[in-house]
Amino acid sequence: MHNLIHSQLFLLTFTIGVYVVALWSYRKTKIMLLHPLITSLLVIIAGIKTADIPYQEYAEATKIIDFMLGLSVVALGYLLYEQMTHMKGNITAMVTAILVGSVVGIVSVILIAKALGADPRIVASLEPKSITTPIAVTVCAHSGGIPALTAIVVILVGIFGAVIGPFVLKKLGIESKLARGLALGSAAHAVGTARAMELGAVEGAISGLAIGLMGVVTAVMVPVIEAIMRFFE
Amino acid sequence: MAGIFILLFYYFLGTLVAYLIGNFIPGSIMGMLLLFLSLVFKIIKPEQVRKSATFFLDNMMLFFIPLGVGLVASYALIGKFLTAITIASAVSTVLVLVVVALIAQKMEGKKDA
Repeated sequence: MHNLIHSQLFLLTFTIGVYVVALWSYRKTKIMLLHPLITSLLVIIAGIKTADIPYQEYAEATKIIDFMLGLSVVALGYLLYEQMTHMKGNITAMVTAILVGSVVGIVSVILIAKALGADPRIVASLEPKSITTPIAVTVCAHSGGIPALTAIVVILVGIFGAVIGPFVLKKLGIESKLARGLALGSAAHAVGTARAMELGAVEGAISGLAIGLMGVVTAVMVPVIEAIMRFFE
Repeated sequence: MAGIFILLFYYFLGTLVAYLIGNFIPGSIMGMLLLFLSLVFKIIKPEQVRKSATFFLDNMMLFFIPLGVGLVASYALIGKFLTAITIASAVSTVLVLVVVALIAQKMEGKKDA
Protein backbone atom coordinates (compact mmCIF):
# COMPACT_ATOMS: atom_id res chain seq x y z
CA MET A 1 0.00 0.00 0.00
CA HIS A 2 2.76 2.44 0.98
CA ASN A 3 4.59 1.83 -2.27
CA LEU A 4 1.43 2.25 -4.26
CA ILE A 5 0.66 5.67 -2.76
CA HIS A 6 4.22 6.81 -3.40
CA SER A 7 4.12 5.59 -7.02
CA GLN A 8 4.23 7.92 -10.01
CA LEU A 9 1.04 6.33 -11.33
CA PHE A 10 -0.89 7.18 -8.19
CA LEU A 11 0.48 10.72 -7.85
CA LEU A 12 -0.30 11.56 -11.48
CA THR A 13 -3.82 10.09 -11.21
CA PHE A 14 -4.41 11.94 -7.94
CA THR A 15 -3.14 15.27 -9.33
CA ILE A 16 -5.19 15.18 -12.53
CA GLY A 17 -8.23 13.86 -10.65
CA VAL A 18 -8.14 16.73 -8.15
CA TYR A 19 -7.73 19.20 -11.01
CA VAL A 20 -10.73 17.81 -12.93
CA VAL A 21 -12.95 18.02 -9.83
CA ALA A 22 -11.68 21.55 -9.01
CA LEU A 23 -12.39 22.70 -12.55
CA TRP A 24 -15.86 21.20 -12.42
CA SER A 25 -16.78 22.87 -9.10
CA TYR A 26 -15.46 26.24 -10.33
CA ARG A 27 -17.61 26.05 -13.46
CA LYS A 28 -20.66 25.03 -11.41
CA THR A 29 -20.35 27.71 -8.72
CA LYS A 30 -18.55 30.53 -10.64
CA ILE A 31 -17.04 31.76 -7.34
CA MET A 32 -13.79 33.57 -8.17
CA LEU A 33 -12.01 32.51 -4.98
CA LEU A 34 -12.70 28.87 -5.87
CA HIS A 35 -10.18 29.33 -8.68
CA PRO A 36 -9.33 25.76 -9.77
CA LEU A 37 -5.61 26.31 -9.30
CA ILE A 38 -6.06 27.49 -5.71
CA THR A 39 -8.43 24.67 -4.71
CA SER A 40 -6.31 22.03 -6.48
CA LEU A 41 -3.18 23.23 -4.70
CA LEU A 42 -4.85 23.23 -1.28
CA VAL A 43 -6.20 19.70 -1.73
CA ILE A 44 -2.95 18.29 -3.15
CA ILE A 45 -0.77 19.95 -0.52
CA ALA A 46 -3.05 18.59 2.21
CA GLY A 47 -2.97 15.16 0.52
CA ILE A 48 0.80 14.82 0.28
CA LYS A 49 1.22 16.16 3.83
CA THR A 50 -1.20 13.54 5.14
CA ALA A 51 0.47 10.73 3.19
CA ASP A 52 3.88 12.04 4.29
CA ILE A 53 5.21 12.42 0.75
CA PRO A 54 8.15 14.89 0.55
CA TYR A 55 7.79 17.67 -2.04
CA GLN A 56 10.90 16.48 -3.90
CA GLU A 57 9.30 13.09 -4.41
CA TYR A 58 6.04 14.64 -5.60
CA ALA A 59 7.90 16.96 -7.99
CA GLU A 60 9.85 14.03 -9.41
CA ALA A 61 6.67 11.98 -10.00
CA THR A 62 4.85 14.86 -11.72
CA LYS A 63 7.77 16.06 -13.83
CA ILE A 64 5.89 15.24 -17.02
CA ILE A 65 3.13 17.73 -16.12
CA ASP A 66 5.75 20.38 -15.44
CA PHE A 67 7.29 19.70 -18.85
CA MET A 68 3.94 20.39 -20.51
CA LEU A 69 4.05 23.90 -19.05
CA GLY A 70 6.91 24.74 -21.41
CA LEU A 71 4.89 23.48 -24.36
CA SER A 72 1.86 25.51 -23.34
CA VAL A 73 4.01 28.65 -23.18
CA VAL A 74 5.13 27.92 -26.75
CA ALA A 75 1.46 27.36 -27.70
CA LEU A 76 0.74 30.91 -26.52
CA GLY A 77 2.57 32.06 -29.66
CA TYR A 78 -0.33 30.63 -31.65
CA LEU A 79 -2.90 32.39 -29.44
CA LEU A 80 -1.08 35.69 -29.83
CA TYR A 81 -1.09 35.24 -33.62
CA GLU A 82 -4.85 34.52 -33.67
CA GLN A 83 -5.58 37.59 -31.54
CA MET A 84 -3.33 39.87 -33.62
CA THR A 85 -4.84 38.85 -36.95
CA HIS A 86 -8.37 39.53 -35.73
CA MET A 87 -7.42 42.83 -34.24
CA LYS A 88 -8.15 46.27 -35.59
CA GLY A 89 -7.69 49.58 -33.88
CA ASN A 90 -4.99 51.92 -32.80
CA ILE A 91 -2.00 49.57 -32.53
CA THR A 92 0.46 52.35 -31.60
CA ALA A 93 -1.73 53.45 -28.69
CA MET A 94 -2.06 49.87 -27.47
CA VAL A 95 1.62 49.01 -27.70
CA THR A 96 2.74 52.27 -26.04
CA ALA A 97 0.26 51.90 -23.19
CA ILE A 98 1.27 48.28 -22.58
CA LEU A 99 4.99 49.08 -22.76
CA VAL A 100 4.74 51.86 -20.18
CA GLY A 101 2.29 49.84 -18.08
CA SER A 102 4.63 46.88 -18.02
CA VAL A 103 7.64 48.95 -16.93
CA VAL A 104 5.61 50.80 -14.28
CA GLY A 105 4.29 47.47 -12.99
CA ILE A 106 7.71 45.85 -12.71
CA VAL A 107 9.58 48.87 -11.30
CA SER A 108 6.86 49.76 -8.77
CA VAL A 109 6.55 46.26 -7.39
CA ILE A 110 10.35 45.96 -7.04
CA LEU A 111 10.72 49.32 -5.29
CA ILE A 112 7.80 48.82 -2.90
CA ALA A 113 8.75 45.24 -2.01
CA LYS A 114 12.39 46.24 -1.45
CA ALA A 115 11.37 49.25 0.66
CA LEU A 116 9.31 46.90 2.83
CA GLY A 117 12.38 44.71 3.30
CA ALA A 118 11.40 41.72 1.15
CA ASP A 119 13.95 38.99 0.41
CA PRO A 120 15.43 39.04 -3.16
CA ARG A 121 13.68 35.74 -3.95
CA ILE A 122 10.35 37.31 -2.99
CA VAL A 123 11.07 40.38 -5.15
CA ALA A 124 11.92 38.14 -8.12
CA SER A 125 8.67 36.27 -7.59
CA LEU A 126 6.61 39.47 -7.71
CA GLU A 127 8.17 41.05 -10.82
CA PRO A 128 5.91 39.22 -13.31
CA LYS A 129 2.76 39.51 -11.15
CA SER A 130 0.60 41.22 -13.81
CA ILE A 131 0.99 38.63 -16.55
CA THR A 132 -0.63 35.36 -17.42
CA THR A 133 0.49 32.50 -15.11
CA PRO A 134 2.46 30.32 -17.59
CA ILE A 135 4.67 33.22 -18.68
CA ALA A 136 4.84 34.58 -15.13
CA VAL A 137 6.10 31.36 -13.53
CA THR A 138 8.61 30.88 -16.35
CA VAL A 139 9.96 34.42 -15.92
CA CYS A 140 10.03 33.97 -12.13
CA ALA A 141 11.97 30.70 -12.25
CA HIS A 142 14.40 32.32 -14.67
CA SER A 143 15.13 35.24 -12.33
CA GLY A 144 15.56 33.10 -9.23
CA GLY A 145 12.14 33.53 -7.62
CA ILE A 146 9.71 31.02 -6.16
CA PRO A 147 7.37 29.93 -9.00
CA ALA A 148 4.76 28.67 -6.52
CA LEU A 149 4.51 32.11 -4.95
CA THR A 150 4.23 33.75 -8.38
CA ALA A 151 1.41 31.39 -9.38
CA ILE A 152 -0.61 32.31 -6.28
CA VAL A 153 0.16 36.05 -6.43
CA VAL A 154 -0.78 36.18 -10.13
CA ILE A 155 -4.21 34.68 -9.44
CA LEU A 156 -4.86 36.95 -6.46
CA VAL A 157 -3.68 40.01 -8.43
CA GLY A 158 -6.10 38.97 -11.20
CA ILE A 159 -9.02 38.71 -8.81
CA PHE A 160 -8.08 42.00 -7.10
CA GLY A 161 -7.65 43.84 -10.42
CA ALA A 162 -10.90 42.49 -11.80
CA VAL A 163 -12.83 43.52 -8.70
CA ILE A 164 -11.45 47.06 -8.27
CA GLY A 165 -10.70 47.66 -11.99
CA PRO A 166 -14.10 48.92 -13.16
CA PHE A 167 -14.32 51.16 -10.07
CA VAL A 168 -10.87 52.70 -10.69
CA LEU A 169 -11.65 53.22 -14.38
CA LYS A 170 -14.88 54.98 -13.47
CA LYS A 171 -13.09 57.27 -10.97
CA LEU A 172 -10.56 58.18 -13.67
CA GLY A 173 -13.35 58.93 -16.13
CA ILE A 174 -12.17 56.39 -18.70
CA GLU A 175 -14.85 56.14 -21.39
CA SER A 176 -12.82 54.55 -24.19
CA LYS A 177 -13.62 50.88 -24.74
CA LEU A 178 -10.07 50.30 -25.92
CA ALA A 179 -8.59 51.86 -22.77
CA ARG A 180 -10.91 49.91 -20.46
CA GLY A 181 -10.24 46.55 -22.09
CA LEU A 182 -6.52 47.18 -22.32
CA ALA A 183 -6.22 48.25 -18.67
CA LEU A 184 -8.15 45.24 -17.35
CA GLY A 185 -6.22 42.73 -19.47
CA SER A 186 -2.81 44.18 -18.69
CA ALA A 187 -3.34 44.58 -14.94
CA ALA A 188 -5.43 41.47 -14.26
CA HIS A 189 -4.77 39.06 -17.19
CA ALA A 190 -7.47 36.39 -17.78
CA VAL A 191 -9.53 37.24 -14.69
CA GLY A 192 -9.57 40.88 -15.84
CA THR A 193 -10.55 39.77 -19.33
CA ALA A 194 -13.54 37.85 -17.96
CA ARG A 195 -14.57 41.09 -16.26
CA ALA A 196 -13.92 43.12 -19.43
CA MET A 197 -16.23 40.79 -21.35
CA GLU A 198 -19.01 41.73 -18.95
CA LEU A 199 -18.43 45.39 -19.91
CA GLY A 200 -18.72 44.56 -23.61
CA ALA A 201 -17.45 42.41 -26.49
CA VAL A 202 -14.96 45.05 -27.69
CA GLU A 203 -13.50 45.46 -24.22
CA GLY A 204 -13.25 41.66 -23.93
CA ALA A 205 -11.44 41.18 -27.24
CA ILE A 206 -8.98 43.99 -26.55
CA SER A 207 -8.40 42.70 -23.05
CA GLY A 208 -7.51 39.27 -24.48
CA LEU A 209 -4.94 40.86 -26.74
CA ALA A 210 -3.60 42.89 -23.80
CA ILE A 211 -2.82 39.64 -21.92
CA GLY A 212 -0.58 38.44 -24.75
CA LEU A 213 1.16 41.77 -25.32
CA MET A 214 1.70 42.37 -21.62
CA GLY A 215 3.09 38.84 -21.23
CA VAL A 216 5.59 39.17 -24.05
CA VAL A 217 6.67 42.71 -23.14
CA THR A 218 7.07 41.85 -19.45
CA ALA A 219 9.03 38.65 -20.20
CA VAL A 220 11.55 40.76 -22.12
CA MET A 221 11.50 43.77 -19.76
CA VAL A 222 12.07 41.85 -16.49
CA PRO A 223 15.66 40.80 -17.34
CA VAL A 224 16.36 44.24 -18.83
CA ILE A 225 15.12 46.08 -15.72
CA GLU A 226 16.98 43.63 -13.45
CA ALA A 227 20.21 44.35 -15.35
CA ILE A 228 19.67 48.12 -15.14
CA MET A 229 18.90 47.95 -11.40
CA ARG A 230 22.00 45.83 -10.75
CA PHE A 231 24.05 48.45 -12.59
CA PHE A 232 22.85 51.22 -10.30
CA GLU A 233 23.26 49.29 -7.08
CA MET B 1 0.89 14.53 -34.02
CA ALA B 2 2.48 16.97 -36.48
CA GLY B 3 1.17 19.77 -34.25
CA ILE B 4 2.85 18.28 -31.17
CA PHE B 5 6.06 17.97 -33.16
CA ILE B 6 5.90 21.65 -34.18
CA LEU B 7 5.38 22.74 -30.56
CA LEU B 8 8.24 20.52 -29.36
CA PHE B 9 10.45 21.71 -32.20
CA TYR B 10 9.82 25.39 -31.40
CA TYR B 11 10.40 24.70 -27.70
CA PHE B 12 13.75 23.17 -28.62
CA LEU B 13 14.57 25.94 -31.09
CA GLY B 14 13.65 28.57 -28.49
CA THR B 15 15.85 26.89 -25.89
CA LEU B 16 18.72 26.77 -28.38
CA VAL B 17 18.38 30.45 -29.35
CA ALA B 18 18.04 31.43 -25.68
CA TYR B 19 21.24 29.50 -24.95
CA LEU B 20 23.06 31.24 -27.81
CA ILE B 21 22.14 34.69 -26.46
CA GLY B 22 23.36 33.75 -22.98
CA ASN B 23 19.98 32.59 -21.56
CA PHE B 24 18.86 36.17 -21.26
CA ILE B 25 15.22 35.09 -21.55
CA PRO B 26 13.72 31.62 -20.91
CA GLY B 27 13.73 29.09 -23.78
CA SER B 28 9.97 28.50 -23.79
CA ILE B 29 9.31 32.23 -24.12
CA MET B 30 11.80 32.46 -26.98
CA GLY B 31 9.97 29.48 -28.51
CA MET B 32 6.67 31.31 -28.19
CA LEU B 33 8.09 34.37 -29.97
CA LEU B 34 9.60 32.23 -32.75
CA LEU B 35 6.31 30.37 -33.25
CA PHE B 36 4.45 33.66 -33.39
CA LEU B 37 6.88 35.09 -35.97
CA SER B 38 6.76 31.88 -38.05
CA LEU B 39 2.98 32.19 -38.20
CA VAL B 40 3.14 35.89 -39.12
CA PHE B 41 5.68 35.24 -41.89
CA LYS B 42 3.71 32.19 -43.04
CA ILE B 43 6.55 29.73 -42.49
CA ILE B 44 3.95 27.51 -40.85
CA LYS B 45 0.18 27.58 -41.26
CA PRO B 46 -2.12 28.14 -38.27
CA GLU B 47 -4.07 24.95 -39.13
CA GLN B 48 -0.90 22.92 -38.55
CA VAL B 49 -0.73 23.82 -34.86
CA ARG B 50 -4.34 24.78 -34.05
CA LYS B 51 -5.44 21.46 -32.57
CA SER B 52 -2.36 20.79 -30.45
CA ALA B 53 -2.02 24.41 -29.32
CA THR B 54 -5.68 24.50 -28.28
CA PHE B 55 -5.21 21.36 -26.19
CA PHE B 56 -2.31 22.90 -24.29
CA LEU B 57 -4.01 26.29 -23.91
CA ASP B 58 -7.28 24.78 -22.65
CA ASN B 59 -5.57 22.70 -19.97
CA MET B 60 -2.91 25.16 -18.99
CA MET B 61 -3.93 25.42 -15.36
CA LEU B 62 -3.13 21.78 -14.75
CA PHE B 63 0.46 22.34 -15.82
CA PHE B 64 1.18 24.78 -12.96
CA ILE B 65 0.15 22.37 -10.25
CA PRO B 66 3.54 20.66 -9.68
CA LEU B 67 5.19 24.10 -9.40
CA GLY B 68 2.42 25.39 -7.17
CA VAL B 69 2.72 22.48 -4.76
CA GLY B 70 6.24 23.84 -4.17
CA LEU B 71 4.52 26.33 -1.88
CA VAL B 72 5.02 23.79 0.91
CA ALA B 73 8.77 24.15 0.46
CA SER B 74 8.84 27.97 0.81
CA TYR B 75 5.98 28.42 3.23
CA ALA B 76 8.05 30.05 6.01
CA LEU B 77 9.79 32.55 3.72
CA ILE B 78 6.48 33.66 2.21
CA GLY B 79 4.81 33.96 5.60
CA LYS B 80 7.61 36.23 6.81
CA PHE B 81 7.10 38.72 3.98
CA LEU B 82 3.33 38.48 3.60
CA THR B 83 2.72 42.19 4.25
CA ALA B 84 5.35 43.30 1.74
CA ILE B 85 3.95 40.88 -0.86
CA THR B 86 0.38 42.09 -0.38
CA ILE B 87 1.11 45.84 -0.35
CA ALA B 88 3.58 45.76 -3.25
CA SER B 89 1.26 43.66 -5.44
CA ALA B 90 -1.90 45.66 -4.68
CA VAL B 91 -0.36 49.12 -5.16
CA SER B 92 1.50 48.08 -8.30
CA THR B 93 -1.68 46.56 -9.79
CA VAL B 94 -3.58 49.83 -9.34
CA LEU B 95 -0.67 51.73 -10.92
CA VAL B 96 -0.73 49.46 -13.99
CA LEU B 97 -4.50 49.93 -14.36
CA VAL B 98 -4.23 53.72 -14.12
CA VAL B 99 -1.20 54.14 -16.39
CA VAL B 100 -2.45 51.84 -19.15
CA ALA B 101 -5.98 53.30 -19.12
CA LEU B 102 -4.81 56.94 -19.18
CA ILE B 103 -2.21 56.46 -21.93
CA ALA B 104 -4.53 54.37 -24.11
CA GLN B 105 -7.42 56.84 -23.77
CA LYS B 106 -5.22 59.85 -24.46
CA MET B 107 -3.49 58.37 -27.53
CA GLU B 108 -6.66 56.91 -28.98
CA GLY B 109 -8.39 60.29 -28.65
CA LYS B 110 -5.56 62.05 -30.48
CA LYS B 111 -5.88 59.80 -33.49
CA ASP B 112 -9.62 60.28 -33.69
CA ALA B 113 -9.38 64.09 -33.52
